[in-house]
Amino acid sequence: MSTSEMTSVASSAGSLQQRVINDFSIQVATVNGSGSQTANNVLMRAIFQMGVPISGKNMFPSNIAGLPTWFTIRASKHGWIARKKEIDVLVAMNPETAREDVMSLAPGSVAVYDEMLRLKELRSDIHFYPVPFDKLVTPVCPNAKLRKLVRNMIYDGVVAYLLGIDLEEIHKALFKQFGPRKAKAAELNWAAVQAGHEYATANLTKTDPFAIERMDGNRGKIIIDGNTACALGCVFAGVTVVIWYPITPSSSMMEAMIGYLKRFRIEPETGRSTYAVVQAEDELAALGMVIGAGWAGARSVTATSGPGISLMSEFTGLGYYVEVPAVIFDVQRAGPSTGLPTRTMQGDLLKNALLSHGDTRHPMLFPSSPEECFSLAQDAFNLAEFFQTPLFVMTDLDLGMNNWMADQFEYPTEPISRGKVLNAEDLKRLGGFARYRDVDGDGVGYRTLPGTNHPSAAWFARGSGHNDKAQYSEREDDYIDNMNRLRHKFDEMKKHVPPPEVVLNEKADIGIVCCGTSRWGAEESRDQLKREYGLETSYLRLKAYPFGEELNAFIARHSRVYVIDQNRDGQLLELMRLDFTAEEISRLRSVRYYGGLPLDARTITGEIVGQEGL
Amino acid sequence: MSTTSSPAVKKQNRLGFETAAYKGGRSTLCAGCGHNAISERIVEVFYEMGVQPWNVAKFSGIGCSSKSPAYFLGMSHGFNAVHGRAPAVATGALLANQHLTGILVTGDGDTASIGIGHFMHLLRRNLPLIYIIEDNGVYGLTKGQFSATADVGSKTKSGVVNEMPPIDCCMLGIELGATLVARSFSGDKRQLAAILKACIAHKGLSVVDVISPCVTFNDHEDSTKSYAYMKEHDDPIHDIHFVPFFEDITVEIPEGETREVTMHDGSRLRLQKLGEDYDPTDKIGAINALHASAKTGNVLTGILYYDGGQPDMFEQLGMVDEPLATLPESRVRPPRAALQTVMEELS
Ligand SMILES: Cc1ncc(C[n+]2csc(CCOP(=O)(O)OP(=O)(O)O)c2C)c(N)n1
Ligand code: SF4
Ligand SMILES: [Mg+2]
Repeated sequence: MSTSEMTSVASSAGSLQQRVINDFSIQVATVNGSGSQTANNVLMRAIFQMGVPISGKNMFPSNIAGLPTWFTIRASKHGWIARKKEIDVLVAMNPETAREDVMSLAPGSVAVYDEMLRLKELRSDIHFYPVPFDKLVTPVCPNAKLRKLVRNMIYDGVVAYLLGIDLEEIHKALFKQFGPRKAKAAELNWAAVQAGHEYATANLTKTDPFAIERMDGNRGKIIIDGNTACALGCVFAGVTVVIWYPITPSSSMMEAMIGYLKRFRIEPETGRSTYAVVQAEDELAALGMVIGAGWAGARSVTATSGPGISLMSEFTGLGYYVEVPAVIFDVQRAGPSTGLPTRTMQGDLLKNALLSHGDTRHPMLFPSSPEECFSLAQDAFNLAEFFQTPLFVMTDLDLGMNNWMADQFEYPTEPISRGKVLNAEDLKRLGGFARYRDVDGDGVGYRTLPGTNHPSAAWFARGSGHNDKAQYSEREDDYIDNMNRLRHKFDEMKKHVPPPEVVLNEKADIGIVCCGTSRWGAEESRDQLKREYGLETSYLRLKAYPFGEELNAFIARHSRVYVIDQNRDGQLLELMRLDFTAEEISRLRSVRYYGGLPLDARTITGEIVGQEGL
Repeated sequence: MSTTSSPAVKKQNRLGFETAAYKGGRSTLCAGCGHNAISERIVEVFYEMGVQPWNVAKFSGIGCSSKSPAYFLGMSHGFNAVHGRAPAVATGALLANQHLTGILVTGDGDTASIGIGHFMHLLRRNLPLIYIIEDNGVYGLTKGQFSATADVGSKTKSGVVNEMPPIDCCMLGIELGATLVARSFSGDKRQLAAILKACIAHKGLSVVDVISPCVTFNDHEDSTKSYAYMKEHDDPIHDIHFVPFFEDITVEIPEGETREVTMHDGSRLRLQKLGEDYDPTDKIGAINALHASAKTGNVLTGILYYDGGQPDMFEQLGMVDEPLATLPESRVRPPRAALQTVMEELS
């Protein structure tokens, strides 16, 4: 908090405190299935509407109702949106976790809680605000069945009073959340907010320093989760065949996609769709259908997570060897096996790079933000179609399911490009073609689509050995030539995939490398390292695999390069080890976090400081 | 069929193609393998029906049977996929281009074991596709292990007896929503050809289980999928006369002995009674007949079930008429205003 702008005020308790404005975190501890999501989103949105940069992290259990859930909103006037480990304002609504939640707070924090929980006795070094939730909810919600859901809105009112959040903004956020069709429900909830606010105004005396004040930190921004951003990306990339099998945390991407397709891709004249969506029988079928569709020329996509990836292994190898475009979104969660389905991880990097038996390599893209979910989705299709190969877009639960503040998406400027596809006119001109011949030197052959109106259009796609005319072959030379061309094609991708974001610091001896959502913790950690330890760093954030030359150049410039991984085994670093020289590898250091929560800056800072011996 | 054409002029179909246009590469299957006879029927029937060869997409899994798409329709695109999962590939491909004529050839191992999940879900979707099971009761390509269609009591060459009840893919087909279900025998050229023509005319999923003896691993005395067994036990339920929409032939069949069905494309299917009357539009009757014949050891062949009135998968999904794969950018990328609206909603 050293750089925060602080003002001294006399608290009503009489002590002199430094006010903390727009730079703290609020955590709401509830039970899932209690409807708290609405209250949390409204609170987050209201703060956002006041111009304060925010981020929201939902830590939820893998069940439908009855287990503890924590929702953390971080307000940061500096724009830091990584998870913040320390909680400043707790709203303790879950009797089961309330004691532990309160005990883990730092001195000086706030706890708003249900009066009945009697938490006040626990400690004397935090600001307690008891609220009689049950007493307040009964008059505003006569229907006992709805009370459980409406009850949570009361804390929005209380917190709004305590932190100085404009009630008008809560009202606006609430009605936006419910939409015009649920105006009645919105009214009911609004009554609960008001009840909370009135109670707090009349009964609570503010003793803590935390406050939200209007600023201009997010003009023109939107709030969106990564899954919805990916879905929009696919819709605007012109996806036509969408196949899925439900799995957390990817399902909401497909549900969002279906929603947007229905809105924007039904032709008004006929009422018919320019797409097909199939909920497949399993992930094997899902990828099989995507590959069939890709072979026949459609832009096809599926989304899944770890267990689904494991099932897709065989078809990924087929797509690689037959050379068919396929786009697979992997919203990574914590494995192995079922693992922690509602926790985040970068656990599939190594697996997906080499998925399936035999020698395979698959390109991956690493979006870090909703903006990149949207733009890299477009790139994903163009690359998969150009290189005629399965491609993985590696997001994770943190990006996919949490709400993020983002810039408005830019309408795609590039036309949809379908890669090397020969049509009937081309065939007339050429007389024929050899499917896997490397005509252009980039390892990518020309293909035709079934249904092409020409007698020599046909080729036979097979996962067994083949020569450059796609004919069955078990010959040693055919096999080796083909495998070499496939490797060459993969290496060629380096020139075409999105380049990394590089920040070179002339004063830095060490570099930090990461991908995906590690970005947010890494960027804040660089600031901490500099401010708190005087440690200058350079930075390279990968957006794609295969890694381009930029990474080699970056490693060469720095004595030590910290590779950040959100997994136990340092998978991103392992991928570098596969292809890098011993000299390069000797400079690599590993920073790993694998607790399943969004990566925070403190963890990275602590790790680097420790390894640097500072 | 006319027999008047002079031998000097090569016969051509209605598109002007000779049979050669429908042939594929030389078969590498064993001589006498039932699968080869099925490939021959496919060549013959696609020729006679005048199907545009480059509008056909062939699919298969892995097995001796699944190799056969390389041996027919050489001018058609083909996709030899992975073991048991060709239905998924075919589904995706036909969704991408619904104008293709899809034909999928698999084995009983493909369909009734490793791929049975895909098979069952394919049945539910009424995807317009001709699904042929080359059913030999064994895994040919991995050298003679039992498949899940082997009958109770049948023996492998080495003497192992199968104790488990077989999966009847036709029964599954009727039960789970296939709209044309047939069984035939690779040795019955006339019947198989007529059935395959009906499949081409059908708009929906056709499942044809063809008993196709494996001469190398399952054609011995104790096999119920052998040539000898089928010669004894083949029990056709009707004589099938297929009259394509583009031919106006009046076949004389005695009144009252025939059921006639007009198919989607205007072709007519005349099913001439043989023995017991059989109504292929009666689902429960069909299932009962299959159960009854299984008890006798006889193999009912013919068009076991037909329902021409169901919407196909494309209609169910409400898709536009043109192939999705080649829709222009203007029809698949929503306009700038659409993105603007979404951004406003989220801000
Ligand atoms: C995943 C997988 N498991 C096993 C195999 C080995 N395999 C190849 S063909 C086959 C069985 C083929 O039997 P069937 O489908 O009946 O075809 P047939 O050879 O009898 O025509 C098996 C088990 C494989 N290719 N893939
Ligand atoms: S092994 Fe059997 S199934 Fe395979 S080709 Fe030979 S006869 Fe046919
Ligand atoms: Mg078999």
